[in-house]
Amino acid sequence: MNDAVAIYDVSQEAFVPASEAGPAPKRIVVAYGFWVFLLSDIIMFSALFAAYAVLVHATAGGPTGAQLFNQVSVALETACLLVSSYTCGLMSLAVGSRRRGAVYLGALATFVLGAAFLGLELREFASMIAQGATPQRSAFLSAFFALVGCHGAHVTAGLIWLTVMMAQVAVKGFRANVQRRLACFSLFWHALDIIWVGLFTLVYLMGVAS
Amino acid sequence: MNLLGNLSWSAIPFDQPIIMGAGGGVILAIAAVLGWVTLKGYVPYLWREWITSVDHKRIGVMYLVLALIMLLRGFSDAIMMRGQQAVAAGGAQGYLPPEHYDQIFSAHGTIMIFFVAMPLIIGLMNFAVPLQLGIRDVAFPTLNSVSLWLTASGILLINVSLVVGEFARTGWMAYPPLSEVQFSPGVGVDYYLWSLQIAGVGTLLTGINFVTTILKTRAQGMGYMRMPVFCWTALASSLMIVAVFPILTATFAMLLLDRYLGFHFFSIDAGGNPMMYVNLFWVWGHPEVYILVLPAFGVFSEVTATFSGKPLFGYRSMVAATMAICVLSMMVWLHHFFTMGASANVNAFFGMMSMIIGVPTGVKIFNWLFTMYGGRVRFTVPILWTIGFMVTFVLGGLTGVLLAVPPVDWTVHNSLFLVAHFHHVIIPGVVFGCFAGYIYWFPKAFGFKLDETWGRRAFWCWFIGFHLAFMPLYVVGLMGMTRRLQHYDVLAWRPWLLVAAAGAVVIFAGVVCQIIQFVVSIRDREALRDVTGDPWNGLTLEWSTPSPPPAWNYAFLPHVAARDAFWVEKKLAPFKQGQPTQPRKYEPIETPKNTPLGFVNAFFAVVTGFALIWHIWWMAAFGILGAFVTLLVFAFRDVEEVEIPAATIAQFDRAHPMEVAL
Amino acid sequence: MRYLPLAVLLIGAAALGGCSEGVLDPKGPIASAERLIMLNATGIMLAIVIPTILATLGTAFWFRASNLRARYMPEFVYSGRLEMLVWSIPIMTVLLVGGVTWIGSYDLDPPKPLTSAVKPVRIQVVSLDWKWLFIYPDEGVATVNHLTVPAGTPISFELTSAGVMNSFFVPQLAGQIYTMAGMVTRLNLQADHAGTYRGMSSNYSGAGFSDMHFNVDAVPAEKFAQWVTTTRTTGPVLDAKAYAELAKPSQAVAPYTYRAVATGLFGGITNFEFASTEPSPHTHHAAQRADK
Repeated sequence: MNDAVAIYDVSQEAFVPASEAGPAPKRIVVAYGFWVFLLSDIIMFSALFAAYAVLVHATAGGPTGAQLFNQVSVALETACLLVSSYTCGLMSLAVGSRRRGAVYLGALATFVLGAAFLGLELREFASMIAQGATPQRSAFLSAFFALVGCHGAHVTAGLIWLTVMMAQVAVKGFRANVQRRLACFSLFWHALDIIWVGLFTLVYLMGVAS
Repeated sequence: MNLLGNLSWSAIPFDQPIIMGAGGGVILAIAAVLGWVTLKGYVPYLWREWITSVDHKRIGVMYLVLALIMLLRGFSDAIMMRGQQAVAAGGAQGYLPPEHYDQIFSAHGTIMIFFVAMPLIIGLMNFAVPLQLGIRDVAFPTLNSVSLWLTASGILLINVSLVVGEFARTGWMAYPPLSEVQFSPGVGVDYYLWSLQIAGVGTLLTGINFVTTILKTRAQGMGYMRMPVFCWTALASSLMIVAVFPILTATFAMLLLDRYLGFHFFSIDAGGNPMMYVNLFWVWGHPEVYILVLPAFGVFSEVTATFSGKPLFGYRSMVAATMAICVLSMMVWLHHFFTMGASANVNAFFGMMSMIIGVPTGVKIFNWLFTMYGGRVRFTVPILWTIGFMVTFVLGGLTGVLLAVPPVDWTVHNSLFLVAHFHHVIIPGVVFGCFAGYIYWFPKAFGFKLDETWGRRAFWCWFIGFHLAFMPLYVVGLMGMTRRLQHYDVLAWRPWLLVAAAGAVVIFAGVVCQIIQFVVSIRDREALRDVTGDPWNGLTLEWSTPSPPPAWNYAFLPHVAARDAFWVEKKLAPFKQGQPTQPRKYEPIETPKNTPLGFVNAFFAVVTGFALIWHIWWMAAFGILGAFVTLLVFAFRDVEEVEIPAATIAQFDRAHPMEVAL
Repeated sequence: MRYLPLAVLLIGAAALGGCSEGVLDPKGPIASAERLIMLNATGIMLAIVIPTILATLGTAFWFRASNLRARYMPEFVYSGRLEMLVWSIPIMTVLLVGGVTWIGSYDLDPPKPLTSAVKPVRIQVVSLDWKWLFIYPDEGVATVNHLTVPAGTPISFELTSAGVMNSFFVPQLAGQIYTMAGMVTRLNLQADHAGTYRGMSSNYSGAGFSDMHFNVDAVPAEKFAQWVTTTRTTGPVLDAKAYAELAKPSQAVAPYTYRAVATGLFGGITNFEFASTEPSPHTHHAAQRADK
């Protein structure tokens, strides 16, 4: 019967494999699911990477990457993003130890560095467009702007998310769901860094080397 | 600057009676239903219990309702196509001019794949997987609701294209250069792209949801090899969704950038590469058909085992075959364009891979056969669909292997032979499977079975109608008839196309039988009532719950000790009788709170999509902002969960005594 | 059981009905080879599929619940030997058909020239909206929506498109090949005997797609030479101006010929030298069509 249980029904096992341990705790489930989402996002980027690889030489008589890419700017952008990952890590540690001030500070530093990255990137785009290297000029430029622009759009979304998360910390404190969301944000921010490393290598470094 | 972008009264085709009639009919039907619902006072109930629900069982039912309604739309497209090809022979132009006919075949494919087949399998996965895993809901119930309503948004947009503007005239794959602005300057391709982008987000979120649910939240004791096979197929399908839907999103985004901002991904000038679209599309497209068919195979596994009265034969190799298909399906995509001029090396490789994927599929057929062997097969309607599938699908698979041979493919690619092949696998595979699935799980969802007689009639109409409709297409395909012809000059093809049209009518009779089956079953529901919760003598955990299950599924989360846990428990029950028992101690259960987030977000998605299609930029910005604000409001809500008191749970259990419960 | 006669009837009818004028009625070596592969592969697979269908129906029928003579074996859920069999049958089938696939993909590769003592005739194909342009570069003539070729002679095609993708297909002579703008695909075939064979586009390309069919007249070699001579005497010249006129969208174009072709026209088309930048009226907003 469903409302009664046999007294001797208790199962006793010394070793339970992880696959039989039952539903995982919520914070693990949420982080896992978010990881799966990040993997799917990386796949979306890889489609854009593939398109870039196919179209990298389709310059239609227009400018090539070697002619356009500004290595100094790219190096600065990389530095901004990498350091912002570090400050994001500091923020995560502060969340773990519930130090509100440190959380806001880490978030602010991450935000400023992320915004600096975006600012540099937008300046790069503007200068390319001013030279006539618009995405409409050639398939290579379309692929470049789409790929790098998609990453930049993700960074922008990240900055908006970070702002909202700080508002959440201010209003709700360090509730369990706020902590879970901050963990997801950190994963997101670090993943963007990883994608940037790929981007930086395949687009800028290889683009100038060829 | 025009406030309404490109939208004007001329977008509505007042001069086309067929469209005006169809659109008018649909609008009247919707108005009638909404009016009846309002007058009967059902709106608060619907809002509280269904629209804002985050319960996987409710969401699953809603997916199925959407799918079956869209089946009517996709099927009317099919009847119109068969009708046109039956008459437009010799010099005759038929009753559908090319501008109209070309939209119909494009809409038919798009609707059937994205808005019938996908919601059918996702709906069944939603309903059954948490129950089979012995848990209370999926990992992310609110996200589940968001997914459902985003799919509904895509459906709404594609239906709006019928009366406001037009649909794509490119075929359901929308190949460039034809789909670029230069050759398709209207709104049709934009309707296609935005409707699918929006629905695609919903599908991706579903994939993430189910991967997490199946890998991280199974009942205690349910190791991987104790999971029902349907859950394995749901896992494989969800993994593929996560792997390939982002590629479709990126590809459509590139085409949208070409169309809206003049980019050159797939244009024929400035270095664009239309072949790249074909590649990217099919890297998504081939796994997509396996996303559709694997859960259907899972249904067949459950149905065969249940109605043979014995566990599935060869569980391990079924799992291996499923995961092999999951991986192999991503390595065959080029077989969709052997004719595009790749080198012999490339063609041969993909031909071989496409054949290899036939191996695990063949293994599954044999495993179902051996499940019936030594069983006591009860010829219920789900088993009819299953056997109908088994004897039909193998022939469809045969033609598939034929198409995997490049020299053969070069002679029948894009012909009606190809059209016959893919219907020969999708209809017996996905459609029969989902029909078997909804009949199988209907009593669990609603507490009464579906009428058997009308179910049988529906099956035979579909089975016979399917063969009449599609076998002649193999013949005309071999005779040289290519697909998507609005009219043709070879009169020898006509008799075959007439038979095909007759077949479509017989299938229509099948659909009518299915509708009647619903009406009759609801009318006779007391006679068809399922009182035990286990109407079929099932093997898996969902049959240990009452029909319908309570919102919390299981008062006590099951501890599983074997595969086919319920079957094992039923066999052990006689040995446990007479053992001393103690009453169970009920605990309150926290469940996620219902929320309008999914519905409201979907509303803004429709606004944004419609605005982008018609270039109404302020409205698009408003839509995006609205969606963002909705998300913010949700993110700041205080109460996330509702507690169900222990007394309520205890009372429910006492009112629904179960013979055997885990 | 009861639908078996119907199935036999349908399959039989299919076998007979599909026999004329199509893929199963080849008139050249490439199409013949392709048909042979199709029939062989089908035969190999039917040898597996038909017994499987019969076994499925037989098993379901014998083990029906009302049959008390059938043994109920609910513990029969695994058999190592059966697993071996069940995996090896599809694997062997796949290896067999796969071998056929591998060899056929190389032997019949469209760009591969035919082995023949006769010098091939070159034809350059351009798919336009919605007709076919055939240029004979060595003979200096061109045709629209009609092909005349010498029988018993290899024909070597180079194909491109002026715009959207199409697919050049003459079922009785060879498999099809896509035409794509800015690219050149290749196809080789031969008509063994004189006759008229139907050709078409087999990739949907817009409103006029249904009328993109054409006839291929295979004629004896002397007749072909005569045809070339006659064609050079009448008809317009295909120069850049005539091509621009031809490239404008038109449907159901009656076949005609050009008596001369500007040199390098095909190369120029492939390099977009003649591409128009205006949007072509492929579609019209449905409500704005005044002529309906």
